[in-house]
Amino acid sequence: MTRHLTPNLVLGALLVAFVVGMAALSLVWTPHDHAAMSIRARFGPASDIHWLGTDQLGRDIVSQLMVAARNSMTVALIAVLAGGSIGVALGLLASALGGWVEDLIMRVADIGFAFPALLFAIMLSAVFGPSLWVAVIAIAFINIPVFARVTRGAANVIWTRDYVAAARAAGHGKLAISRDHILPNVAAPVIVQATIEFAIAILAEAALSYLGLGAQPPSPSWGRMLSEAQTLMFMAPQLAIYPGLCIMAAVLGFSLLGDALRDITDPRLTRSRQA
Amino acid sequence: MTPLLEVRHVTRSYRMPRRSLLHPGPVLTAVQDVSFTLARGRTLGIVGESGSGKSTLARMIMAFEAPDTGEVRFDGHDLHSLGSADLRRLRRRFQMVFQDPWGSLDPRRTVAWSIAEPLRATGADALDRRVDEALVQVGLRPADGRKYPHEFSGGQRQRIAIARAIVTRPALLVADEAVSALDVSVQAQILNLLMDLQEELGLAMIFISHDLPVVACLADDMLVMRAGRPVETGATASLISAPKAEYTKSLLTAGGLMP
Amino acid sequence: MMALSGLSVSFDTAQALRDVSLQVPQGTRLGIVGESGSGKSMLGLSMMGMVPEAARVSGRIMLDGTDLSGASERLWRRHRARRVAMIFQEPMAALNPLQRLGDTVMEPLQVHLGLSRAAARTRALELFDEVGIPDPPARLRQYPHEISGGQRQRVLIALALSCDPALLIADEPTTALDAHVALRIIELLVDLAERRQMALVFISHDLAAVARATERIAVMYGGEIAEEGPTAAVLENPRHPYTRGLLGARPGIGGATPARGADGRRQRLPTIPGSVPPLSQLPAGCRFAGRCPVEMPHCADTRPAAYPLPGDRHAACHLLGAGA
Repeated sequence: MTRHLTPNLVLGALLVAFVVGMAALSLVWTPHDHAAMSIRARFGPASDIHWLGTDQLGRDIVSQLMVAARNSMTVALIAVLAGGSIGVALGLLASALGGWVEDLIMRVADIGFAFPALLFAIMLSAVFGPSLWVAVIAIAFINIPVFARVTRGAANVIWTRDYVAAARAAGHGKLAISRDHILPNVAAPVIVQATIEFAIAILAEAALSYLGLGAQPPSPSWGRMLSEAQTLMFMAPQLAIYPGLCIMAAVLGFSLLGDALRDITDPRLTRSRQA
Repeated sequence: MTPLLEVRHVTRSYRMPRRSLLHPGPVLTAVQDVSFTLARGRTLGIVGESGSGKSTLARMIMAFEAPDTGEVRFDGHDLHSLGSADLRRLRRRFQMVFQDPWGSLDPRRTVAWSIAEPLRATGADALDRRVDEALVQVGLRPADGRKYPHEFSGGQRQRIAIARAIVTRPALLVADEAVSALDVSVQAQILNLLMDLQEELGLAMIFISHDLPVVACLADDMLVMRAGRPVETGATASLISAPKAEYTKSLLTAGGLMP
Repeated sequence: MMALSGLSVSFDTAQALRDVSLQVPQGTRLGIVGESGSGKSMLGLSMMGMVPEAARVSGRIMLDGTDLSGASERLWRRHRARRVAMIFQEPMAALNPLQRLGDTVMEPLQVHLGLSRAAARTRALELFDEVGIPDPPARLRQYPHEISGGQRQRVLIALALSCDPALLIADEPTTALDAHVALRIIELLVDLAERRQMALVFISHDLAAVARATERIAVMYGGEIAEEGPTAAVLENPRHPYTRGLLGARPGIGGATPARGADGRRQRLPTIPGSVPPLSQLPAGCRFAGRCPVEMPHCADTRPAAYPLPGDRHAACHLLGAGA
């Protein structure tokens, strides 16, 4: 069991814990009110009161980062869950029914792949006005084809297994088999994909909010903090570095975690049998 | 008395994928004009090498696939013209044991869950009791039901697969290479178990294998197949002592039953 | 030519081979028979120096008088393919699916023997002919998936023979093949061994195949050799209880095909009770203790020596020692 504790897993878990911890903590407490501005305290250096200093409007950077983490996690979580659920359902349907249904669903997924999240977010913003929820919907949308493809691929393999044939011989229909056998056995690759999609979603949310299409002021976001820090790069580079590091920590953490999960799930099953 | 299983002039072909844009892919005839009957309580052995069509035939008997022409009648019912609900109800009376002990049980389910699966499909009750009974009948213990497949050896997993196949008290058991993946000493145990169960439950059996000596152990009658076609059929004893077809003779020689 | 002396291969939790001693003189054909967990594959790998990294090896592996048991990978590589070659069970897995067969066979000739491309091609054609592949020039241009299983196995044999090894180890070469094809491959191996005066070690669980392919046979159980001797003698008159059990359990060979007895019931096959224990739980004495029909009280603790028997045989069973 302890051989699972690779450096990847440990580092990934620590980074994720840090970022998620920040986000969760921000629900009950931040060092200061993240929106409180003070022109006098602009560009303050790191001190006992403001641990990482203040930004161009005198707001506490640490509090901003924490609430931004919360926004980032929220968007990623809801988008991946929503997109993932729909994607997995479509993938299971495609695999179970096969034939033209499968072809149709996969072609629609291909079209979905080709559609950039950015374009979709811009279109939604044009109609509904930019907001956190626009980001959620856009990112959820691009998650659907990914999960549909992964699920359908893994499910197709499971359908060929003898225990599925045995379930058919027992008289169970495709719905029951999808629920009882296919879904539990595709859970492993789906969960690994979900952690990776989480990392991608965090990056996507940062990109969208950099462009002003995500969480709107005064709700902070790492991406928007980067965008605002752009013009101030030479005066106060730390205003770009801190949110940049946070994004990096989050994305790296989830990617490493996903990698480690992938190693833990499939290959172990075959290796331990041979031992 | 209607025979339990009647297979009449069954044929099945597949169209292979296209090789060129303009011509459709070639047609592979997996099974060509196979017929036989099986009476209650008797065992038929189907012997063939790879490409003989025996697995396709098994899938048609189990109604996983429909024949292109011909029919498969179980206890008088034409399996492939039944409605899906009727077919599902009838399924509990014919069950299958598969070749691969590692792939025939869902690794994420307990043994008891897998064995009870055919019972759940029919809405039967007293599941626990019947699962325990089945486990004991195949030489395992009721406590084994709580374990997972990876905790058992290949031979034990085949026993579990057999338990699942008999739990609905079927009239027919189709064993498709059921012992081919097992060691010799374990093979003998499983073959004995199948013979015991046949006597206890009055099962009819179709035993499919490439391994002629093994089939000859269990089968009352044998059907030898090659490239989708039936080569020779007859009572096991006479087929072995006086084979008519050259192919049958060569199989016997290769299997060490003929010098 | 190859001699194993007191060879033991252990891992952290289990011992795969225990004190195995075997000789394979030049030009002889030895069969190694066993079920899963018997150690037969590990034995084959030991002869090639391909034991897993994590294993501890003790004892001697003598190749023409040189002890290679502690040899480095570099030293083994000099002997592999040139003195000792191996073919495996799944021909499709051993051949590069993206490489034409000709290239696959010519590569070791160019690399190990330094032949020019033209010379390698000629040699490849000769080899294909020697292993009975029809129309060699056409085959050289084909890919593995374009030919049958039996032909793929022939290609593997050609590959193994390319550097003229003195010993060929075949690990389950016929298991994945149809009975007819298997027969032809066995005939080929026997023929090649005789023509080239090459030693052959035939590892298999298939008693019928081993009976056809070999002059001597070693039966393995639990990482040890239970019995060894001339093939016909051992199969007709097994002296170790495990060998007897194995032969009895196999329909068609040794025993007759069971038929219906006088009471109309089918005759059951004689079986060995229980199953092979996991390697980490084998008894310290005789490995077969706990399943043996003629077991004595001290069998589980005391390891039987390989008692010699007439006819250049021996069997590791206490019953054959003093007091038999």
